[in-house]
Amino acid sequence: MATAKPPEPFLTRTWDYITDTQLWKSIFRHGVPSTNRNRVLVVMTNVFLHLHPVKIRKSGIRLKFTWCMGGLTFFLFLVETFTGLLLMFYYRPTVAYAYMDIIDLAEQVPLGIMRELHRWGAHAMVISVWLHMFRVFMTGSYKPPREFNWNVGVILLVLTLLLSFTGYLLPWDQLAIWAITVGSNMARATPLLGYEGPGSQLLVLGDVKMVHAGSDARFALLGGRFVGEGALLRFYVLHCVGIPLVAGILMAVHFWRVRKDGGISGPL
Amino acid sequence: MADEKDPSKPSEPAPGAEAAAGAPPTRPPDTAAAHPAGTAAGSTPPMPTPPMTPATAPGGVQAATAPRSNAASGVTDPAPPRAAGVATAEPKVPPAAAKPAPAPAAPAPAAPVAAKTAEADGVSRRGFLKWTTVGWVAFSAACTSGLVASTRFLFPNVLFEPPQSFKVGFPSEYTVGEVDTRWKDAYGVWIVRNSDGFYALIAVCTHLGCSPNWLAAENKFKCPCHGSGFYKTGVNFEGPAPRPLERARIVLSDDGQILVDKSVKFQAEKGEWTKEESFLKV
Repeated sequence: MATAKPPEPFLTRTWDYITDTQLWKSIFRHGVPSTNRNRVLVVMTNVFLHLHPVKIRKSGIRLKFTWCMGGLTFFLFLVETFTGLLLMFYYRPTVAYAYMDIIDLAEQVPLGIMRELHRWGAHAMVISVWLHMFRVFMTGSYKPPREFNWNVGVILLVLTLLLSFTGYLLPWDQLAIWAITVGSNMARATPLLGYEGPGSQLLVLGDVKMVHAGSDARFALLGGRFVGEGALLRFYVLHCVGIPLVAGILMAVHFWRVRKDGGISGPL
Repeated sequence: MADEKDPSKPSEPAPGAEAAAGAPPTRPPDTAAAHPAGTAAGSTPPMPTPPMTPATAPGGVQAATAPRSNAASGVTDPAPPRAAGVATAEPKVPPAAAKPAPAPAAPAPAAPVAAKTAEADGVSRRGFLKWTTVGWVAFSAACTSGLVASTRFLFPNVLFEPPQSFKVGFPSEYTVGEVDTRWKDAYGVWIVRNSDGFYALIAVCTHLGCSPNWLAAENKFKCPCHGSGFYKTGVNFEGPAPRPLERARIVLSDDGQILVDKSVKFQAEKGEWTKEESFLKV
């Protein structure tokens, strides 16, 4: 009497069935990444993974070496994006509503901690991005061929600070208004484009000054002569759309270049 | 590939073809000029030419173009001839590379059209360069005007702000020796009446631009941001403010009211407080 082969367990059969469907195979095209070839294929054919190297040295990701500050910064950026998106459902960037909406976010909206997460996440991101820069500097990771990526990183650092600066105004309290008043006054001294800046006196048509308080760089930033309705709306748009968009694109470039220029860290 | 190419060859008008080619137009002529001899005389004429440079093999060799070499050309886009080399030298191009082939291959038909018509329909090199130049000039002009327009868009024509020039009542309404704070919130100025007349101090701290307050009990202006202090004349005496408050133009209007114009400022450190209209004598 021949022993019949015992049927496969139910879970195995189910798993086999699922992984055999067209849907599954269209998503997971290369099977388990257990061989070098498959690992390469899995990474190279995935839009998110392909920004990263297929392989890295084990020493390259030693925490002692990287501090994981770049990764932490990116994680915080994602946290800020997500919590910021949620805040946008309640916050209205007008002089009449802005301050009260911030109060409501803390006191009326469920999970009033959301705004605090956004705020503290922003502080943490500024700190981590500085530490990331410090680490890159101390490990000499700015040297060729990584000098291009260092510069991308410097722009990203400035964008992070600008995100912080534009977000500072949105609560529309006294601290915010005067901080932005003080901060934006620096733009008055922009060379050529600020009405108190060097060279702005040269831009005249006859007697008419081209660059004055109503037409200079600060005016374009604030949409007015002082921090008012125009400034609030402009900072809101820059904070929620403009700067994150540019930063997101540059982050893709940044990660891609990390991969292309010899990996996350360590000697080349 | 070949099916598409042949019908398109006679029918496509030259300018349209160049427009359709978009960015590539500069490239195909280059390769057409530089490589036909090289590739044709090269070792393998029937070798599948990547779709990027069908012009190199006008004999319709691309009929044999396999998806594999499509992929190769897609991967090493900038150097089509070498891409072909890769395809033959390493037949083991991973299937993964073959899969995204349709996407990179998509723009390919445009390139052959431009290159083919350039040869077949007698579009001269001169004419091609002329239209390329016209195209680039037009494109640059469009980009520049778009940039200018976008920048101009940031400067509104109408501001919903208090006017720079305004009337602050009759001289008789003011008490000698007092700082009038009525207009500070609305217009950002203090009107000060001394024994000789009036002056208008602009309520913007000369340190970093906050609004100071008039502290009548201490007889001084004090900025809440960083503690700068100013005498009643506007001259700074404490805190980080580097210079006195600015004064605005102050005159009598036709109806006898005091007219203040903030767009004209007088700075003490430039000796402008002695100028006419920085002070209203009565």
